[in-house]
Amino acid sequence: MRLIVGEGSCGLAAGAGAVHTRLQELLAEANPTGVELGITGCNGMCFLEPIVDLYDDEGALHRLVKVQAKDADKIYQAATTGDLSLVDGLRISAEDAEFLDKQTRIALRDCGIIDPESIEDYLAHGGYQAITKILTTGMSQEDVIHEIDVAGLRGRGGAGFPTAFKWRAARDAKPDETGQKYLICNADEGDPGAFMDRAVIEGDPHSLIEGMLIGAYSIGASEGIVYVRAEYPLAIIRLRKAIEDATARGYLGDNILGSDFSCTLRIKAGAGAFVCGEETALIESLEGKRGMPRLKPPFPAQAGYWLKPSNINNVETYANVAWIIVNGGAAYAAMGTENSKGTKVFALSGKIRRGGLVEVPMGTTLREVIFDIGGGIRDNKEFKAVQLGGPSGGCVPASKLDTIIDYAELSATGAIMGSGGMVVMDESTCMVGMARFFLDFTAKESCGKCVHCRLGTKRMLEILSRVVDGKGEEGDIEKLEELCYAIKDGALCGLGQTAPNPVLTTIRYFRDEFEAHIAEHRCPAGECRELITYYIDQDKCVGCTACARQCPVQAISGERKSPHKIDPTLCIKCGNCKTACRFGAVQVR
Amino acid sequence: MSKQNPSDLSLIEPTLDTYADVPGSLIAILQETQEAYGYLPMDAMEYIAQRTGTPIATIVGVATFYAQFRLEPVGKHLIMLCQGTACHVNGSELISAAISDELGIHDGETTPDGLFSLEHVACLGCCSLSPVMMINGTTYSSLTPDKAKKVLRSLAAESAEGGASA
Repeated sequence: MRLIVGEGSCGLAAGAGAVHTRLQELLAEANPTGVELGITGCNGMCFLEPIVDLYDDEGALHRLVKVQAKDADKIYQAATTGDLSLVDGLRISAEDAEFLDKQTRIALRDCGIIDPESIEDYLAHGGYQAITKILTTGMSQEDVIHEIDVAGLRGRGGAGFPTAFKWRAARDAKPDETGQKYLICNADEGDPGAFMDRAVIEGDPHSLIEGMLIGAYSIGASEGIVYVRAEYPLAIIRLRKAIEDATARGYLGDNILGSDFSCTLRIKAGAGAFVCGEETALIESLEGKRGMPRLKPPFPAQAGYWLKPSNINNVETYANVAWIIVNGGAAYAAMGTENSKGTKVFALSGKIRRGGLVEVPMGTTLREVIFDIGGGIRDNKEFKAVQLGGPSGGCVPASKLDTIIDYAELSATGAIMGSGGMVVMDESTCMVGMARFFLDFTAKESCGKCVHCRLGTKRMLEILSRVVDGKGEEGDIEKLEELCYAIKDGALCGLGQTAPNPVLTTIRYFRDEFEAHIAEHRCPAGECRELITYYIDQDKCVGCTACARQCPVQAISGERKSPHKIDPTLCIKCGNCKTACRFGAVQVR
Repeated sequence: MSKQNPSDLSLIEPTLDTYADVPGSLIAILQETQEAYGYLPMDAMEYIAQRTGTPIATIVGVATFYAQFRLEPVGKHLIMLCQGTACHVNGSELISAAISDELGIHDGETTPDGLFSLEHVACLGCCSLSPVMMINGTTYSSLTPDKAKKVLRSLAAESAEGGASA
C-alpha cells in the first residue's frame, strides 16, 4: 500500500500538512511493513483538497478527498489492515472524478502523480528521455527547433508568439566575443487568478528543467535562469532541490550525458512587480534594476540579459517541450485548431463549483471547460461572465460561451488567451466593480515609464471609482473609451497596451450595468456598497438573532423568535449579517 | 516617523562580501538585507551604497519599486491578504474590512503594540480556496469575516501566552 498526500500550495493551505504529519506519527509508532508514505504535487483538483491517493497492493488508485487530520487514523487503519471499506466515506464521487477524466494532460502530465522532490520518480516516468534522445542520437539544433515548429507550439505566457521563431532568432543571433547566450524562464506568474506555473514547478520541476535544457541546446546557451515570483516560496524550494539533483545526476553541468553540451541553471527570486512579466522588464529586473520595459528593437534575441542574445519563454511553454521531442511535433499538432495547436492549461476559479487546474486541447469551448469540467456555477446561481487573461484580458459574457479556445477566436471576443486565468462570475458580481478592480491593479502596477499608462490608468480608475460610488456623470462611459484607446496607442509595453481590455470588454457586453450605475445610481448585481441597502425579509426571518449578534454597529433589532429589522441609518454594509443568516432572510436591494 | 536606532550593520556583512562586486546583485542584496532586519533600514541602504559604489538614489529607487520591500518595520504577525481576482470575486473586501474592524489598521499599517501588520498582496495563487490570507507562512483559506477574526484572536492569544511564560 502506498499513501500519497497531495502537497502543492493549495493542498497545504487546505491542511495537507497536518494530515501528513499525523500519518507519519502513526507509521512511526507502529512501523508496519508494506505501507509507504509519500507526497506529490497538485493534481489540479483544488476544490477537493486535501487529497490522499491510496494505491493498493495491485497498484489500483483509491482517491480520498477533503481529508482532515482526524481522518488520518481511519486511512492508516485501512492501509494497514487492507480493509478499504473503512475509507468509503472519503472516496471521490463519480461526478467529481469527471473533472480529471475530461482533460488531456501534457504540460501537467506528471503533476499530482510523481513525487516532485524525487528525480528517481521523474526518471521512472520517462523523465530526461527527450534530452537523452537529442544528445545521443545526434539531433542538431535545427532538428529540435523543426520539431517544435511542426508542433506549432506558441508561447503560453499570454502573447502566443511561435516558440520556434523565437528559438531560431536566438540561435541565429551573433554573440559577442564571449560567445555567451542566455535562456530565461519567466516564472513571474503575476496575473491575479492564474496559478498554472506554480503548479508545474511545485508538481513537476524536472519537466521545466528538461524543457529549458532543450531550449538552451537549441539556441546555444550555456546558462539558464528561472525568474520566480517571491510569492511562491514552495516552488522555489522544490525547484532548487530539482536543480541540485539534476546537477548531481549529470543532467545539468559540463558535458551533459557525455556530449559537448554544457548548461547550468540558477534561480532568481522576483521581488513583486507585475510588469516584470514583460520580457524586457524581466531582464532589467534580472540585472538588479527597477523592472521597467526597454524599447524594442533590439529584441531580447539580439540583445537581452546584459545585452547578450537571450530567449525567454514561460513555464508552461517549456513544460510542453520534452513531450514534443519524445512524441514528435506531429502528435502535438494533431490536437487543437488550425492556428492553435496542442493543449492549454487554465486556472479555473471564482464562483465555480469545481475550481482547479484544467488542461484541455485547443478548440474546446469555454462552455465545456466551465460547465462540463468545472461543473457550472456554485449555489445554483446564474453564470454571468468569465474573465480570461487577467488584467490584460477581458470578460466574456454568456452569449459567447460557445467560443472555442483558440488565440484568434478568443481575441475576437475582446479578451485574450492570456496565461490561463479563468475567473468565473455569477449574477452577484458587479461588472463595473470588476473593471474597477483591474484598473486599480494596473494603476498600481504601472511602472511609470509611459505617461499614457501612468496617468491614463489613474484617470480611468478615478472615473470607475466614482461610477461604483454612484457619483458617475453623464459622458463617463465615453471618456473611459477615449482613455482606453489613448493608452493602447501610447504605451510602450504589453501592460499598458492591454490594461484597457477589462474596461473595454465590460463596456462592450455590460453597458447597461454602467448606465444603471450612472443614470439610476443602482447596482444591478447588488454589490457596490454605496448603492445598496441591506434588509431582512420578514417572511423568511425566524428570529434566531444570529445576524444581530454579528452586527458590529448594533444596527439590527428585534425580539427573539420574531422577525428582525436593520436600521439603514446605522448599517455600515459590512455584510456580516448576510453571511451569518442561515435562512436567506438577509437581502440586498 | 520615529527615529530608528542605528542598525547593526555587521548582519549584512556576509551578504556584501558575497555580492558587492557581482554586477546585477542589488535585488538579491536587498532581499537578504530585509531578511536580516525584517525591513530595509535607511542606514543599511546607505551602507550598501558605500560598499557597492551604487548611488543611494538607485538603491532607494529599486527598494520602492518592488512590492516585496518595506521601509518600515513590520509587526510580529504579517497578514498578507490576497487581492487576486478570485479572492476579489469571493469577497476579499469584506475580509479586509473585518481585519480593519478587529485590529484598527488598514493596508500597510501596523498595530501600536507591534503585533500585527496588514499588507494587501497580489495573488497568492490559491485561487480555488479563495478568499485567502497568509500569516507568517501559513495560509488560511475559504475565509469569512468571522473566520478571519477568529484567526487573529487566536494568534493574539497565543502571543499573550507566549509573552507571559517568557
